[in-house]
Amino acid sequence: MCAMKPEQRYEARSGPGGSGGWKAVLTPEEIRRALSRIAHEILERTHGGEGVVLLGIPTRGVPLAARLAARIGEFEGSEVAHGSLDVTMHRDDLRLRPARALQRTEVPPDGVDGKTVVLVDDVLYSGRTIRAALEALNELGRPRGVQLAVLVDRGHRELPIRADYVGKNLPTAQREMVRVLLEETDGADSVVLGQQAAGEEADPR
Amino acid sequence: MKRHLISAADLSREDAIEILDTAAELASVSSRPIRKLPTLRGRTVVNLFYEDSTRTRTSFEAAAKRLSADVINFSAKGSSVAKGESLKDTALTLEAMGADAIVIRHGASGAPHRLAEWVTGSVINAGDGTHEHPTQALLDAFTIRQRLGGPQQDGDGHRGTGLDGLRVTIVGDVLHSRVARSDVLLLSTLGAEVTLVAPPTLMPYAVSTWPCEISYDLDRELPKSDVVMMLRVQRERMTAAYFPTVREYRRRYGLDVGRMALMPSRAIVMHPGPMNRGVEIAADVADSSRSTIVEQVGNGVTARMAVLYLMLGGAEENS
Repeated sequence: MCAMKPEQRYEARSGPGGSGGWKAVLTPEEIRRALSRIAHEILERTHGGEGVVLLGIPTRGVPLAARLAARIGEFEGSEVAHGSLDVTMHRDDLRLRPARALQRTEVPPDGVDGKTVVLVDDVLYSGRTIRAALEALNELGRPRGVQLAVLVDRGHRELPIRADYVGKNLPTAQREMVRVLLEETDGADSVVLGQQAAGEEADPR
Repeated sequence: MKRHLISAADLSREDAIEILDTAAELASVSSRPIRKLPTLRGRTVVNLFYEDSTRTRTSFEAAAKRLSADVINFSAKGSSVAKGESLKDTALTLEAMGADAIVIRHGASGAPHRLAEWVTGSVINAGDGTHEHPTQALLDAFTIRQRLGGPQQDGDGHRGTGLDGLRVTIVGDVLHSRVARSDVLLLSTLGAEVTLVAPPTLMPYAVSTWPCEISYDLDRELPKSDVVMMLRVQRERMTAAYFPTVREYRRRYGLDVGRMALMPSRAIVMHPGPMNRGVEIAADVADSSRSTIVEQVGNGVTARMAVLYLMLGGAEENS
């Protein structure tokens, strides 16, 4: 289903984060197509988006959730509810570093009870963020079902978690790093892959 | 975030704004069906109270419990302190029981500072003598920012902003007030212009070195105040006659409906509690819609949750 031809996958393209060993693996155009496809898949799986709430996980899941909501609105004529869900207080690695500032949690006015919640994140890696998100969601109410949409699935899961909607499966080595850059947060869209510098800590995601 | 919170002066503008932003996020927890977060599971917070207090102690207790910490309440009455145990021995005993943070209220100014030298956990000052009460200042700053913090950007709870340009007038028994000192330090750090108003006998020594203005005329200050904070007349700490009669104090420094009318229309009235209704504040002022007194109590839990989370939630910065 991916909009990209296989031989293009690792072709080096310099994106906005392209300097210093980063290479682009998804162009803005490809990100747009992947999100359109995910929006269609959500509509298909939820029978027209009835009772769907998109909750983005900060930082970059939030603009992705907003874009998906807008895209679904274009296709169906009615926008679906979207918001954000901060998972900081539920992370299992809190004790490993200094306390982090909290991000915003914004639940649509109708809440999540009885709704189909689609969690939206940029990169799916160990699965620990999603575990924290499931716990955080539990405190907000009792959704009818929970699904997961990610722009990039880079593998290396440490928990039994999988995504329902994937923009792109990106096979990576553990020492590689994947960054999603978005217009809203970074000035331009792209997904870049880089090598971890020696001594640098692994990306927590 | 620092390891201890002894004085409002320990907080830089960035620290203070980080605490307020965290509190703004945590405020939503109290409106949820489940008012609890698992973040401080397995951590122990000891409330060490040498002085009577209901609101501060219960506020810290509620804050710690909402973050799932274990809370041990220790009041000096009916403990080994009554048998003559020193502060140091009490502290070491509590620490041996595994306290990660000690919240201390003590009648002697400087007690939390001494305590911080003896224990390895965090020390949070919940009021020491006539010195400081930094978490009260944080909840006051949070309340002011919520009420008067300017236009919000899509409901973000004034994230990242200070109190720049707001004029805060603190009125009353400044001499015996630990709240006044902490408020002056924190609110001026956040950019507010603070004015103290009190009878000359209730102004502390060397108040001219504080980062604020001094005035003895309440009626002149009210029309230009965005916030009027009334302090309790602390008769239990008064060892001499500081003013002739309560009636005279009330006539010159008490806030009644007539005086409230001098304030700008959006200005708010604050009081750290407990109030002496009819002395520094009239009952109908305390119960008016411009009074934030009940709001301050709710915000106290939120602000203290933010402090506990930032001090205990992560690993220590230097480890």
